[in-house]
Amino acid sequence: MKPTEKNHPPQIDTARLIARRKRQDLVFNILGVVCMLIGVVTLGALLFDLAADGLSLVNWQFLTSYPSRRAASAGVLSAWVGSLLLMLVTVSLAVPLGVAAGVYLEEYARKNWLTTVIEINIANLAGVPSIIYGLMALGVLVYQFHLGETLLVGGITLALLILPIVIVATREALRAIPNGIREAAYALGATRWQVVKDHLIPYSAGGIATGTIIAMSRAIGETAPLALIGALTFVAFLPPAPVQSRFPFVNFKWLNSDFTALPIQMFNWVSRPGADFQHNAAAAGLVLIIMTLSLNAAAIAIRYRLRKRIKW
Amino acid sequence: MVTDLAATAAPPEIKAEIKALSFFYGEHQALKNIDLALPVNAVTALIGPSGCGKTTLLRCFNRMHDLYPGNRYVGEIVLRPGNLNIVSPRVDPMEMRLRVGMVFQKPNPFPKSIYENVAFGLRLKAIRDRQLIAERVETALRSAALWDEVKDRMEQSAYTLSGGQQQRLCIARALAPEPEMLLFDEPTSALDPAATAHIEDLIYQLKDRLTIVIVTHNMQQAARVSDETVFLYHGEVIEADKTSTMFENPSKELTSEYLTGRFG
Repeated sequence: MKPTEKNHPPQIDTARLIARRKRQDLVFNILGVVCMLIGVVTLGALLFDLAADGLSLVNWQFLTSYPSRRAASAGVLSAWVGSLLLMLVTVSLAVPLGVAAGVYLEEYARKNWLTTVIEINIANLAGVPSIIYGLMALGVLVYQFHLGETLLVGGITLALLILPIVIVATREALRAIPNGIREAAYALGATRWQVVKDHLIPYSAGGIATGTIIAMSRAIGETAPLALIGALTFVAFLPPAPVQSRFPFVNFKWLNSDFTALPIQMFNWVSRPGADFQHNAAAAGLVLIIMTLSLNAAAIAIRYRLRKRIKW
Repeated sequence: MVTDLAATAAPPEIKAEIKALSFFYGEHQALKNIDLALPVNAVTALIGPSGCGKTTLLRCFNRMHDLYPGNRYVGEIVLRPGNLNIVSPRVDPMEMRLRVGMVFQKPNPFPKSIYENVAFGLRLKAIRDRQLIAERVETALRSAALWDEVKDRMEQSAYTLSGGQQQRLCIARALAPEPEMLLFDEPTSALDPAATAHIEDLIYQLKDRLTIVIVTHNMQQAARVSDETVFLYHGEVIEADKTSTMFENPSKELTSEYLTGRFG
């Protein structure tokens, strides 16, 4: 029997329905592309602007010179070394503290109102403006403890700033581990610490690394808290080298050194009159971006290695 | 509930004896006053409809409930030799878990190499001798009938194995520290029939060496692998007997209704 329209009215509707849904699909597709382009084009324009202003200045001489009163001979040596050492202090403080806190909250702490309050506040801390951290560091570390305007203080400030990000990333990474893995380890007679050390931390290392990358990218560009604690804007010396040829081969004198950082240097140059220093600022910005990207690349490489060891 | 496991002519040697055991998830009582004896070197199957407490009972044997807050045991599970009351708060679960191993419903190998999966339990027992660890890993993998399939790929990830192989790896991992008792929580429910048959064979062979408790919702599986069967319903033991007796001639109406599939 030949089907008639009367017998099968839904067929017509189906065709129209599909056409309508395809239109919706197309609309969202276009919308998505537009949204993505807004982001990418803005970023591209920013980079292009920086590069147009500063690329010609970024050379070996710029990277190995101290700041100077003459724009032509000024460089960012003390600034990028300062930023690098600052990141070293920040990451080596924030990662152990953040991971330990995250592991405690996720694996050890009893779930009660107190831990709930702490959890909510850690999430809130991530949203506190960075200048508040600078104010705190100035009041406590510089005025109360007389630690001075040093790399150590800068590092502690930035570490506190990114600590919530590391804690949250650690907890997310731990939550992603199937509970069956924990039960399997406990069932073999492992203590909580053995489960954490042999299983949970290795398996969550990739996620923790991702969080650390994000946190580091934020910290390296921070200007306000460093300006507040009094990072210098004109530093014509390098901190003492962290490594030495004599035993014990490392020293920590550099922690007590005054410092500047790339964003501070940039800010200083931007606020000067005259086009020459504006170009210097753009070049310093480029160096900052390149440095951020290379640190991220290094962190991603480390994460890749960590993930390869974990064979899901 | 009175059980008649011991009502046979020659009473079998008992591995673990449950005395008036109740268990609470917070306020909810999941097990009610259970008395039971598990004969040594035998397979005891726990059966019953979903939510009857069979997995809850199994997880009492290695104190898995301790991992989650608000759980409470009342009564005793006496493990022999040594008359150790497993569920006593004075007994350290870490120590007791070295004697009672567990295989879970879903294969849960660690995301490490095949070798490291089996070696982990040995390292927990503070065995440092590499030679000894290698020997014990091989023995455990042979016991789990997995050695021939993995001996050339010990450094590969456990996740490169099939589901059935992963579950046998989990059995090998549980066997390596040489426990006295092994708990199986529906070990084949995530596996295909061939892999299921493989695991069942394995359970049958393993009972020569240790005491096995298996939770299953598959009645045929209980009939195939177990010597003793315990039927639980609403947290109570309705009937416990030799598997053959229970399946051919259950003494309780409820048991026979469950076994013939009228509920559950």
